[in-house]
Amino acid sequence: MTTNSCCPPPKEPVACCPPQAEAGSRGPAEKGSVACCTAPGDDRPGYRLWPFVCAWLDSPAGRVPQIATRLTAADILGRWQMRWGLGRTRYSIAPGLYAVGTPSSGSPVLVTANYKMTFDILRCDMHGHDAWLLVLDTRGVNVWCAAGKGTFSTDELVRQVQRARLQEVVDHRALIVPQLGAPGVAAHKVVKACGFKVVFGPVRSSDLPQFLESGQKATPEMRRVKFGLSDRLVLTPVELVNMRWQVLWSTLALLILGGIGPQIFSFSAAWNRGIAAVAAGLLGVVTGAVAVPVLLPWLPARSFAVKGAIAGLASGLLATLLFSSSLDWLNSLALLMAVMAISSWCAMHFTGSSTFTSPSGVEKEMRQAIPAQAAALLVSGLSWLAGAF
Amino acid sequence: MSSLRYLGDVVTLQFDEQKCIGCGMCSVVCPHGVFVVEDRKARIADRDACIECGACAGNCPVEALTVKAGVGCASAIIHGWLTGSEPNCDCGGSC
Repeated sequence: MTTNSCCPPPKEPVACCPPQAEAGSRGPAEKGSVACCTAPGDDRPGYRLWPFVCAWLDSPAGRVPQIATRLTAADILGRWQMRWGLGRTRYSIAPGLYAVGTPSSGSPVLVTANYKMTFDILRCDMHGHDAWLLVLDTRGVNVWCAAGKGTFSTDELVRQVQRARLQEVVDHRALIVPQLGAPGVAAHKVVKACGFKVVFGPVRSSDLPQFLESGQKATPEMRRVKFGLSDRLVLTPVELVNMRWQVLWSTLALLILGGIGPQIFSFSAAWNRGIAAVAAGLLGVVTGAVAVPVLLPWLPARSFAVKGAIAGLASGLLATLLFSSSLDWLNSLALLMAVMAISSWCAMHFTGSSTFTSPSGVEKEMRQAIPAQAAALLVSGLSWLAGAF
Repeated sequence: MSSLRYLGDVVTLQFDEQKCIGCGMCSVVCPHGVFVVEDRKARIADRDACIECGACAGNCPVEALTVKAGVGCASAIIHGWLTGSEPNCDCGGSC
């Protein structure tokens, strides 16, 4: 839901309407057209339909929005905005029941989160299949993170099953829950609470067609989380964008500190030394937040902070060699220490994006790394300031 | 995935073999293949691959598994230290 501060989106459907009617619409009124295949009665004050709703399907529990399995330019733009952290902090659709293809009472029910990027990937992967999608309210967060936070949960699943009156829509009693929802969903508690059995599906929705065709059996391969180059690369832009304020304030501070020298304060020194320091800092950020994620499997050491320090040592040494004619030993030391400390810090924060780090491990490496990073930064700052004299 | 291994000997995963009924749910939900089920009993085969997500413990019907579940995220842990609360993803990070 795109939030608009003047009109908060309604949390619950209007009491007189069946909940299904609300499922395809989004909260705040925005200018735009209503989807093609809707009847005049589908318009409701303050709502407009998502373009992915292509028709309505009658079910024993009311009308269910039938959704497209191809993305439009707007869907792709929205995904791009989320990947770069631009202009949107929430990207969610209304929870509830949706239809892919023309599902019947025997069609499988796939459970997912109401993060629109997740929903878009799922509906595309289900192209050519008939299924019900039960979308949980995870406040616009993906399945795995929402399961960790407790919004993709046993209680929320049971609530949405009941709200959608799923027992009237389908004659079987099985829910296919993404495997990465398991930290939040206890299968044995769901069946007790609503009578529906939980079948944990594959990790990736792209494996769903094969999973469904093979009698809902997942191969060991489908059950494993991976973290390939493209998985790692796609997460780096948002990390960089999230650091923009720290980068801006550090730039200002470095430009001011750069002016300190034998003449007390010099604007030309502020410019020359300040810019050099900012460049060193940015080298550290790019090394830790881009090069480390890309090179992750090949960097020695298991701790992300150490991987970052090693990468920073390499790129810092390269920079000191490139600029060796204009750097004395104090400034060279400052450059090397700064790049290592910043790269290590940024790499350490990539633990949050990775798929194979445990909280106990991250805490352990942080307790060791943060004092070392702080010490390196202090040495860097002191030798940089001393280098001005 | 074999090339991506995290720190060894740190996780809080505990398994009580006595309670285990061999239902195999832990090996179904684990995203890192920590468990194998043999002779109607689960066994921890790759403890250091555990990320402490809590899926196995939550889905064990006889509570044979315990783990201090959480997020392996530096920003979340710093947020937890600063606010004195349990680390979670609400720090506006990339998840």
